[in-house]
Amino acid sequence: MTYEACIGLEVHVQLKTRSKMFCACSAEIGEAPNTHVCPVCLGYPGAMPSINRKAVELTVLTGLMVGARIGARSKFDRKSYFYPDMPKNYQISQYDQPLCIGGDVAIDWEGGEKRIALTRIHLEEDVGKSTHFTGASGVDFNRAGVPLMEIVTEPVIASPEEADAFLQALRQMVRYAGVSDGNMEQGNIRCDVNCSLRPQGETQLGSKAEIKNLNTFKGVLAALRYEIRRQTDVLESGGRVAMETRRWDGESGTTASMRSKEEAHDYRYFPEPDLMPISLSHEEQAFLKTHVPELPRARRRRFCGEYGLPEYDSDVLTADRAVADYFEAVARASANPKASSNWMMTEMLAKLSETGRSIDETPMKPRALADLIAMVDRGAINMPTAKTLFAVLFEKGGDPAALVEADGLGQVEGASEIESMARRAVAEHAKSAADYRAGKSAALQFLVGQVMRQSRGRAHPQKAAEALKKILEGDKSDRF
Amino acid sequence: MSLQDETRRAESMDVRRVAMLARLALTDEEAEVFRGQMAGIVGFVRKIGDMDIAGIEPTTHAHPVENVFREDAPVDGLDREVVLSNAPKQADGQFVVPRIVE
Amino acid sequence: MDVSSITLGEALTGLDRGDWSAENLVSALLDRIAARDAMVNAFLNVDAEAALAQARAADEQRARGETGRMLGVPVAIKDNLNVQGQTCTCASRILDGYRAPYDATVVARLRKEGAIFLGRTNMDEFAMGSSTEYSSRGPTRNPRNPDCVPGGSSGGSAAAVADGMALAALGSDTGGSIRQPAAFCGCVGLKPSYGRVSRYGLTAFASSLDQVGPLTRSVDDAARLFGVLAGADVRDATTVDVAVPGPDACRREDLKGVALGLPREYFAEGLAPDVRASVMAAVDACRALGADVREVSLPHTEYAMAAYYIVAPAEASANLARFDGVRYGYRAPDAISPLDMYCQTRSSGFGPEVKRRIMLGTYVLSSGYYDAYYLSAQKARTLIRNDFIAAFRECDAILTPTTPTAAFRMGEKTDDPVQMYLADIFTATANLAGICALSLPCGVNADGLPLGLQAMGPAFKEENILGVASALENAWGGPQGWMERRV
Repeated sequence: MTYEACIGLEVHVQLKTRSKMFCACSAEIGEAPNTHVCPVCLGYPGAMPSINRKAVELTVLTGLMVGARIGARSKFDRKSYFYPDMPKNYQISQYDQPLCIGGDVAIDWEGGEKRIALTRIHLEEDVGKSTHFTGASGVDFNRAGVPLMEIVTEPVIASPEEADAFLQALRQMVRYAGVSDGNMEQGNIRCDVNCSLRPQGETQLGSKAEIKNLNTFKGVLAALRYEIRRQTDVLESGGRVAMETRRWDGESGTTASMRSKEEAHDYRYFPEPDLMPISLSHEEQAFLKTHVPELPRARRRRFCGEYGLPEYDSDVLTADRAVADYFEAVARASANPKASSNWMMTEMLAKLSETGRSIDETPMKPRALADLIAMVDRGAINMPTAKTLFAVLFEKGGDPAALVEADGLGQVEGASEIESMARRAVAEHAKSAADYRAGKSAALQFLVGQVMRQSRGRAHPQKAAEALKKILEGDKSDRF
Repeated sequence: MSLQDETRRAESMDVRRVAMLARLALTDEEAEVFRGQMAGIVGFVRKIGDMDIAGIEPTTHAHPVENVFREDAPVDGLDREVVLSNAPKQADGQFVVPRIVE
Repeated sequence: MDVSSITLGEALTGLDRGDWSAENLVSALLDRIAARDAMVNAFLNVDAEAALAQARAADEQRARGETGRMLGVPVAIKDNLNVQGQTCTCASRILDGYRAPYDATVVARLRKEGAIFLGRTNMDEFAMGSSTEYSSRGPTRNPRNPDCVPGGSSGGSAAAVADGMALAALGSDTGGSIRQPAAFCGCVGLKPSYGRVSRYGLTAFASSLDQVGPLTRSVDDAARLFGVLAGADVRDATTVDVAVPGPDACRREDLKGVALGLPREYFAEGLAPDVRASVMAAVDACRALGADVREVSLPHTEYAMAAYYIVAPAEASANLARFDGVRYGYRAPDAISPLDMYCQTRSSGFGPEVKRRIMLGTYVLSSGYYDAYYLSAQKARTLIRNDFIAAFRECDAILTPTTPTAAFRMGEKTDDPVQMYLADIFTATANLAGICALSLPCGVNADGLPLGLQAMGPAFKEENILGVASALENAWGGPQGWMERRV
């Protein structure tokens, strides 16, 4: 029998806020243990939560991006369970009235587009971090209370690869909107998956396994591939897939049942009495809508149409919002999208990857690159000079015209200057001159190179060739 | 199932299960005493099932206020020494607990 | 100066006039505590040196011409409020060793106005109880009769104020924990409207019901403290920004043009004859002062106790989950796993009443029972709240007995949780509805025990009930006049 997989994801995205979800502690990760803590995030007696407005706005913004419905009335609830990294032994989360309901995320799939339906997006707080020693564990509460947005998909993802494409698209989107840094290594995005199989054509869902501890996109892919194989084996040998929570072990590449988690959970959700409900007015929603950025897929299509870029170039240039913004600024200022794209695709991306910087870390302004392109276009500098200039601008910034002026890098324009350099080249390389005159036209290239060398690249190669020809052929005519 | 049926079904509280959910370890003696007392208390609060509450909205907050937010501005928290001085057990800047087995 | 009888207002006047210093006041109170508290057990902790140092600092401030609404006034603080640097045990073993690293908002507001923190008062563990017998540090006794309970859970605060060991005290009230001990001990106790006073720094019992309020020797003192405590707080999202009336706005000479409601459900069977007689005499006094007294109905009152004993334990079961031995307080030794640590710590750290309520709360929230209990109770709250809204269309304040009986004997109800719960029967409705209420001593019974009149007012109308109480107090010849009103 052929089985099809039904995969659903629960993605936790750390929001880009300065302070924590329910207290004013810094939300920065990676400081010394227990240095970003206060009575609230340590669950001290008497401490009370208060809602970070920015976290709500970022979540609603995400909802608007995916076309979700913003709940008319949303509230927080307490989810009770004991765990040493959980300061209050309940997590403030959202149970039945999340901030956003429905919506979908588009992914590229089999040459077309597929939309992955979302169930909901809600807001909650992160827990602390425990490390394990022999016989004891240590707990650091810096992370406790950091805002997490949980995005839940419907069980409509049909393959591990599709799940991966969804995660990539989601990450790109949250980065685009400035909702999250979307850095998986830093734990900005974490994911639980559930997976079930059913005979092809069946409409009922099979019994599912939930897999935890997936810290990388690769892990999600590998865990799902393993899990589908495992469940197929179980079903084909006539067994039943157990409803359970399994843990992914990246080292062995297998999932294993988490027996400790099998104890029936009873989260005893109830509305958080310390926090008031949220009801965003139409004005507030409309205001947030103005912050919805053009999404990468739409932008990619527009780049192809508006700037006439090949699909591949559009794809590369829109992968990162800052790069795309930079490109557009250059293209508009230079009125030469093709050249702008070439410069971005080659010099800029190479420099960025070489230096490990992001585009907003270079002091070079889009205006400077546009000016550089314009100077090349009108022949004020040649390409080698432009590339040298680019390297200088990338490191130090500044105005390319001023740099050309200061360093005398402008194209050698004067005919007499080029002519005198050409004469010198002919005089110094009599053999090549003779070769040319003897009909070896290739010798001219060598002589042009000599002129370029004398001019330190500033001479226009074509003009140098013309001057050389004039000299060499003129000499010839002189002779007769 | 009607509300009343449901509450009657709950006649006897499974004291041990509830205590475990609440992370309380009861001695046999305690469990016995609590079983009797909890039956009395549950019987007392079960009166709520007699009320006609069809179509009534629940009250979570006494006053219908919405949208109470804090601005996203970080403020320094507590000094780590102060925090750890309250800890029953600590080492290397962390709270120490018996080993967590996942 | 006789510290056992002066009011907070009189103490401030004396300080202003230079009749005495804050140091005099604190010393006299410390003497009184030393003489009396071995018997009453109202205080869990008195740091005499710190209080005297604060008093001297206040005296210096006053000498420099600095002002403050409570400058130099010693106040006792219930042991569930955080005061930076002090212990805060909630009369529970599980908070052994905990030292608060921050001030509750109410404490910070008192500090800003120059108040002195005299000591920490006894209470039922985590404010769960109506007699202060459920304290890990031994019960408080009623200073009017040591064989009787002082009420609870703010029994230590009420006993300290009634017995002259503190001019005023802070308490907390979840179902009557300020008003019921105020009635039993003979002092004024105000539970402000929900959202009026910040709960930040008050160790939570039931978050949707808890309020901090004053216990004092006069109505005016209650109004003064209320004026300092009240007001919105960014750290407590449930506080509401409504203008706070000053003490002058809470004072009335007569009750002309005031409509008072008597809810028939509060005068039904089970009400002790002495309480009924005393309260009806107070109602007559209101009429004599010009009030228009009418009967009102609060038809859903009979469900209030059930709703209260579902909502409060449910919220408590979550609020008390944080006491786990990980970050502060007591931890059972030698636990072999986190689960073992939780169970051992909580089993030996909590007393039996706290365990009962945690279990009840866990049960009513657990899967399969939520709708039948918790959700139904929240709906009952809506009906109870609507009852009050309707009643307050007809009157400015509602008068009832504070308690069904005078103070009961120690040990009388400790074996029967449900009987103990019924001690809150007249008070818990105000918490469920979020309205304000106070208890005013209105007489003494044949045994010399005080009796309390409860005045309930619409949300954020504390001036209504303080006004009625001040007019009565005035008519009875001042703050101690009730002592002469025997029934």
